[in-house]
Amino acid sequence: MKQVILITVLVGGLSVGFAQAESSAVNTLLETYASQGVARIDAENGKNLWQKTYQGKGEYASRSCTNCHTDNLTKTGRHIKTNKQIKPMSPVVNPQRLTKLKTIKKWFKRNCKWTMGRKCTPQEKADILTYLTNQSKKF
Amino acid sequence: MKNTLAISSVIFTIGILSLPIVWGDNDFEWGGINEYWQKSSAVAAVTNPVYKEECGSCHMAYPPGLLPARSWHKIMTGLENHFGDNAELDTETAQTISQFLQTNSSDKSNYRRSPKFNQSVHSTDIPMRITDIPYFKHKHDEIPARMVTGNPKVRSFSQCNACHTKAERGLFNEHDVHIPGYGRWDD
Repeated sequence: MKQVILITVLVGGLSVGFAQAESSAVNTLLETYASQGVARIDAENGKNLWQKTYQGKGEYASRSCTNCHTDNLTKTGRHIKTNKQIKPMSPVVNPQRLTKLKTIKKWFKRNCKWTMGRKCTPQEKADILTYLTNQSKKF
Repeated sequence: MKNTLAISSVIFTIGILSLPIVWGDNDFEWGGINEYWQKSSAVAAVTNPVYKEECGSCHMAYPPGLLPARSWHKIMTGLENHFGDNAELDTETAQTISQFLQTNSSDKSNYRRSPKFNQSVHSTDIPMRITDIPYFKHKHDEIPARMVTGNPKVRSFSQCNACHTKAERGLFNEHDVHIPGYGRWDD
């Protein structure tokens, strides 16, 4: 019985801690997307969008978020052309990630356009943001 | 005897006065000599925090004094396709950065290297790349390809700070060059 209580408390505590780990910038954006018609969030779809390969023009015919960010969100990535290091996407290993509203919006605009050839829809942004923030330390 | 003393005094005085020049390096903070020295051997370092953050997120934040104003204008009005990447900015940030670039471009700066960059560009040309500027090419024309384009640690002349160890301070003196995998560059 004691063990059950202990486990429940631990899991409960972790969940609360986890929920609070999601920044207010992300929450603000999710609320915005909800007001734009997003009813259900699908982190699995977010993951698929992130890992998918898209057709590109010019030098990079095949494009994916993983080109620069790698296929592991806890790893340091590199810019595909300049090789400049890009800190991990996962807020679990990089606490600065996804904390500034302006920054998130800027990179969504640029990188959706570059990777997918168009702006991401509110649904896609909601799904991707949720995928990025729903991280556990084990990969 | 008197003459010897006089001459010795003069030489001694000159010696003392020249110590800051001889022993100083390019970046001590005090005095008019230092400022003259810096401006005579460098490009203005990038200090604008907005420019540094926005234009240094994928590559080194290039000193504005390396391109003429018309080049910076062309770059800033084509950010949607910035050398194959999308570098779009919100209007306000773009304006702040444009103003910074226009004020400190190679045709405006009085740091020594800026006029050299500027004067080597034909008045009707609008170079998009610092590496396309004739003065730049001239200064790098003795470097073998294997040290830059063929060097996985450098890869391109656009990666100034890969070899110019003080590039981010606006200092490009040959003596501060260290080519990864090859060492110092000594002419």
